[in-house]
Amino acid sequence: MAASKNLVRSESGKIRRVVVVGGGLAGLTTVIKLCEAGVPVDLFSLVPVKRSHSVCAQGGINASVNTKGEGDSPQVHLEETAYGGDFLANQPPVKAMCDAAPGIVFLLDRMGVPFNRTPEGLLDFRRFGGTLFHRTAFAGATTGQQLLYALDEQVRRWETVDLEDDKGDRVPGEKMVRKFEAWDFVGLVLDDHGTCRGIVAQDLKNTEIKAFPGDAVCLATGGVGIIFGKSTNSVINTGTATSTAYQQGACYGNGECIQVHPTAIPGADKLRLISESVRGEGGRVWVPRDPTEQRRGRDVPESQREYFLEEKYPGYGNLVPRDIASRELFKKCFHEKRGVYNRQSGKNENEVYLDVTHIPSETLRKKLAGVLEIYEKFAGEDPYTNPMRVFPAVHYTMGGLWVDFERSANGSLVTGSPRNQATNIPGLYAVGEADYQYHGANRLGANSLLSCIWGGMATGPAIASYRKNLARSAWDMPSSLFERAEKREQKKYESILAMDGEENAYQLHQELAHTMLVDCTIERHNATLDKVLAKIDEIDGRMKRVGVTDTVQGKMNQGAQFVRHMQNMVVLARVIAQGARNRDESRGAHYKPDFPQRDDENFLRTTMAMHQGAENGSPATVRYVRELDYDLLGTPVHVTDAVDISLVKPRARKYDTAGAASAVAQSGPKASPAAQNAPAASTEKA
Amino acid sequence: MAQDKKVRLKVQRQDGPGLSSYWQEFELPWQPHMNVISALMEIQKRPLTADGKKTTPVVWESVCLEEVCGSCTMVINGRVRQSCSAMIDQLAPGGETITLQPMTKFPVVRDLMVDRARMFADLKRVKAWIQLDGSHELGAGPRQSQDNQETTYPLSRCMTCGCCLEACPQVNPSSDFVGPAAINQVRLFNLHPSGQMHAGERLDAVMGEGGVEGCGKAQNCVEVCPKEIPLVDSISSVGRDTTKRMLLGWLLK
Repeated sequence: MAASKNLVRSESGKIRRVVVVGGGLAGLTTVIKLCEAGVPVDLFSLVPVKRSHSVCAQGGINASVNTKGEGDSPQVHLEETAYGGDFLANQPPVKAMCDAAPGIVFLLDRMGVPFNRTPEGLLDFRRFGGTLFHRTAFAGATTGQQLLYALDEQVRRWETVDLEDDKGDRVPGEKMVRKFEAWDFVGLVLDDHGTCRGIVAQDLKNTEIKAFPGDAVCLATGGVGIIFGKSTNSVINTGTATSTAYQQGACYGNGECIQVHPTAIPGADKLRLISESVRGEGGRVWVPRDPTEQRRGRDVPESQREYFLEEKYPGYGNLVPRDIASRELFKKCFHEKRGVYNRQSGKNENEVYLDVTHIPSETLRKKLAGVLEIYEKFAGEDPYTNPMRVFPAVHYTMGGLWVDFERSANGSLVTGSPRNQATNIPGLYAVGEADYQYHGANRLGANSLLSCIWGGMATGPAIASYRKNLARSAWDMPSSLFERAEKREQKKYESILAMDGEENAYQLHQELAHTMLVDCTIERHNATLDKVLAKIDEIDGRMKRVGVTDTVQGKMNQGAQFVRHMQNMVVLARVIAQGARNRDESRGAHYKPDFPQRDDENFLRTTMAMHQGAENGSPATVRYVRELDYDLLGTPVHVTDAVDISLVKPRARKYDTAGAASAVAQSGPKASPAAQNAPAASTEKA
Repeated sequence: MAQDKKVRLKVQRQDGPGLSSYWQEFELPWQPHMNVISALMEIQKRPLTADGKKTTPVVWESVCLEEVCGSCTMVINGRVRQSCSAMIDQLAPGGETITLQPMTKFPVVRDLMVDRARMFADLKRVKAWIQLDGSHELGAGPRQSQDNQETTYPLSRCMTCGCCLEACPQVNPSSDFVGPAAINQVRLFNLHPSGQMHAGERLDAVMGEGGVEGCGKAQNCVEVCPKEIPLVDSISSVGRDTTKRMLLGWLLK
């Protein structure tokens, strides 16, 4: 069938919009790219997009601009990202991302992001984990917030831009972007061929459930940290949207790859992140050599401090990748019982010192004020004069919806290929932390903002070309398709409102989260994981006996909404735990003491999970596949779980010698006047 | 004994838009590191009032819980602020009752959740963006001095939380004063090398009715801004620029 000619209006005269769900960096970039390609968008978000979780990113965004004359390049960035992820990421998308990074940072600068500057007025760059180069552009220590605001502003501008039809005439009353904020995604609209034709969403302010056609749908709904309860994630990061798509047939990739960040502070509701940039600017991690030490951190003399990361990893010191740093902190506190003494609780806590007191306060104020302010407000102690007390916390979802890519002749991506960022459900795309694509088994610091924005820059054009070649617009599908989907979701919601059992969904969440956090994060044991899986089944069963805490109809009802999110969290928890159980090796953030080595022969492959719904009273299960076929615009595409390692050959991953992470830069950065003031932290304090 | 310590909340509730409000009290077990949000989360797990009556959990808005998203703004013990950074031990060291109310300058959605859509609409009104040619590669952005970055970065940390509007006496039902947040955005974008090229349009947007002239100089805004944005400076700076523009326009007539 030939693609329909009019790209603005459907045959029945409706405006042909696409749907983007999620308004963080990835979603907003996708929207901007679509608008520039002339594609009108309906943008859905749980919260006003300016409040998306991207605001929490602190440290910066990576781009090998090499303004310090260290010999950095996108090639080194690619190598270090692949190595940092322990070779589980397909390399062509990573190459495309690293090549695009300098342009992305310049673009953000043009959008008005107040990046820190050098004396010459150029962008300043700082160090981050897993590299020796100054590669991270930053706006104080609230870079994610500043990037989100810049993209939010551009999308707001598109909200005011009139839509033009294919002849270039303005369409009265129609703008390029329509925003639906405080709407919860509840399901995909799939036609009889399994093609995605739109979404069903719920207006949270009045609980109305409504279907929306979309020529394509893009999920940019972020990670799943709330499955682990208290984490560095925002309360909205439940993974409800990706879980729903998975339950409707989307493949989920590398679910077991969950990043634990080494440095966060305790809280009753959240574990607040203390950015890696603190160590990038010279912050040092230590514990007293004497475990019975009771003096305040600042009173412990230098000779009695053990800088354990610097001692064990002289090459990268405090800036080893997060999986390694988290394991070392965990070992220090749990296995060696060396956590520092806490004067408030009167005992040794599972915390280590993160110390910036040796750095001039003027430097701290200019480069780290945002994050030190968080420590001061929430820990109630001045980090300028007292070493901070920190511990690891669940932070980032490397896994996510499986997405495809089309490799170009030079090993990068074919620009605008409709395969890029496409899930196995035709017409459904995924981007940002919601996809699994860029970070392998461990993400390097400051690569997440980059992967979100780059992902959006790949997804926008991919959707535009998909839509161009689409035989029939979603806007020409029979209305019964959308009515059916709407009814299905209304019925589900009504069944939640009718739940009157004895269980409390919030308490069940706490139980699930506790199990996941304790037994499915830094160290994983098969016997324990079996218990985790049994616990997930148990909670799944008890979820059916929940009593909804709020039965109000037609008005904001967070209680009923939470039950839905919790149902979806249980499903993804199983994907994460079962994936961890199956992967009998150690790779990046996935670490099994019983299988301490990486096993490329058996496990250098993507974990591809498919949902198998509950049957005959037995709980839902996960079906793992080694390959799958999906239809793209009438052409079958065959993919396997093999990882594309065509650009950087896998080798053992070690961080004890400087420059180990990159073959082209074995010796590390070239000495340069600009770099001399920030060598590896181990030599920083004489 | 720490275990017996209680947290007492008095919450102003409202079942929906336009309905009348009522008070409810709650008593919860104290926990270390507790803030107002974690106290509200405890109510979700056990939705009972202080006298043991079953109720619905309190509705409020929150996202980041680290005071960078602006969502969880409410009036706590009479002062507008984010509830995530409102630590229980600081508010009620002796177990005093903590009162929670929704902001009053925005329509209530339910309980402590309000609708701040007007603030986002105001960002449109003042064209708080750079007029970008496109997102394709056009090389590096304009060079900027460290001084300029140090001036603009603090202005750019506004979370659209609404504290300044809540505290401003000039923002009220009988005035259409745009409020400090949007005026601060005018200053921010007019300081950017490319933003400057459209400074006039932004100034026009805050000239006349409801614009910068509406400021009554009460200076409450800087008092409550959680990010310590120099809002009064921003208002005076934009005020000076609008005056200049007005005079210039008059001279050119």
